[in-house]
Amino acid sequence: MQLVIVDTGCANISSVYFAFKRLGVDATISRDARLIKAADKVLLPGVGTAHNAMAKLQQAELIDTLQSLQQPLLGICLGMQLLTRHSMEGDVACLNLIPGEVLPMQSAGLRLPHMGWNTLHGLSTHPLMRGFSVTDYVYFVHSFAVAPSQYSLALCHYGSDFAAVIGKDNVVGAQFHPERSGKTGARLLQNFLEWQL
Amino acid sequence: MLAKRLIPCLDVRDGKVVKGVQFRNHEIIGDIVPLAQRYAEAGADELVFYDITASSDGRVVDKSWVRRIAEVIDIPFCVAGGIKTVADAAKILEMGADKISVNSPALARPELINELNHNFGQQCVVVGIDSFFDVASGQYQVYQFTGDESRTQKTRWLSRDWVAEVLSRGAGEIVLNCMNQDGVRQGYDIAQLRSIRDICTVPLIASGGAGTMQHFTEVFEKADVDGALAASVFHKGIIEIAALKAKLIADGISIRP
Repeated sequence: MQLVIVDTGCANISSVYFAFKRLGVDATISRDARLIKAADKVLLPGVGTAHNAMAKLQQAELIDTLQSLQQPLLGICLGMQLLTRHSMEGDVACLNLIPGEVLPMQSAGLRLPHMGWNTLHGLSTHPLMRGFSVTDYVYFVHSFAVAPSQYSLALCHYGSDFAAVIGKDNVVGAQFHPERSGKTGARLLQNFLEWQL
Repeated sequence: MLAKRLIPCLDVRDGKVVKGVQFRNHEIIGDIVPLAQRYAEAGADELVFYDITASSDGRVVDKSWVRRIAEVIDIPFCVAGGIKTVADAAKILEMGADKISVNSPALARPELINELNHNFGQQCVVVGIDSFFDVASGQYQVYQFTGDESRTQKTRWLSRDWVAEVLSRGAGEIVLNCMNQDGVRQGYDIAQLRSIRDICTVPLIASGGAGTMQHFTEVFEKADVDGALAASVFHKGIIEIAALKAKLIADGISIRP
């Protein structure tokens, strides 16, 4: 299995790489469009701001590449947000692979960033969510979020509901950090590795 | 529901985990990676590594251990100590740390907080504050260079003022080290933490003073902190994380089992 982690430059790529390594997959970290297109699966990590990350993808001329992928693509945290149409964090157009918009979190007065371990609900039967339950905790760090929609595969509640996992066709994304969510997070990554379109 | 976090803190000196009493007389506890792994498996929600020599020595410190930790750890971890520039922080984050924490360098040059926020996002930027209750003045004051007793000095900042300042500059989390309590296991400084909680709009982590499991219940119930950091009670096996979590859950605190 050839897994390519897109080298977004501003992302915390090592921890994602090591998480797959712990699952026995030696991923390639690259911003080479040919390598990304040829991969069996593609991972879009992300830490930082949507504005910077989109600028980095543009500089590397990867926008078209990512938009035209047919194989499974998983975005993590900011990488998930980039899969949507638009982010209000810097008012920037995103990859528009999954309908939705990234908005400041409506936390009803709860402290932001939403940082720490939280539970999931509204779990779909999508293969990515296999084995998940409402008692599982996963690790979040973010201040912006995507609203629940028909493309939500799991929700989380912090002041209000938001999309914890989204998916459409070959593209999925997790708002939380599976690489930092212990065994539960590893399950999501394993599900992604096993996911057949 | 968002869980309160239990955060073992590993003070690092020359690649070894050490612990002193009230920031002094450091003794070696053990190697970093196996200790980190043990805590992750025991149920720690997050780990903090303080390179306590870094800021006070003014030298370049070998941080290759960050990568070795990232390889084995599947929970978030934060690295503190000696991060003076955006380039320093970028290196640590590239090696796999989730957050970086700044303390003395932010006191020396507060713009560092703005720069880190701009480059890596608010969620990466933790500010550690060493706060000491000065009996003479009756005030909590911020200290710097606390990793080295001979260089430890009072700053011009009152703790509440410095908290407001770092928040305005874009800090994403604050770790408040209550120095009077550190290492003596008499309980967290509830009064001070409550006072800071009132003005702290980002996650606040209590540090210094944990001695019993009840101290954790108290700090979550009375000071409404987002996490509790402790070192010696975990390193010395005085408190097991699993037992602590069971007690906190029984006490009605939101905890990841």
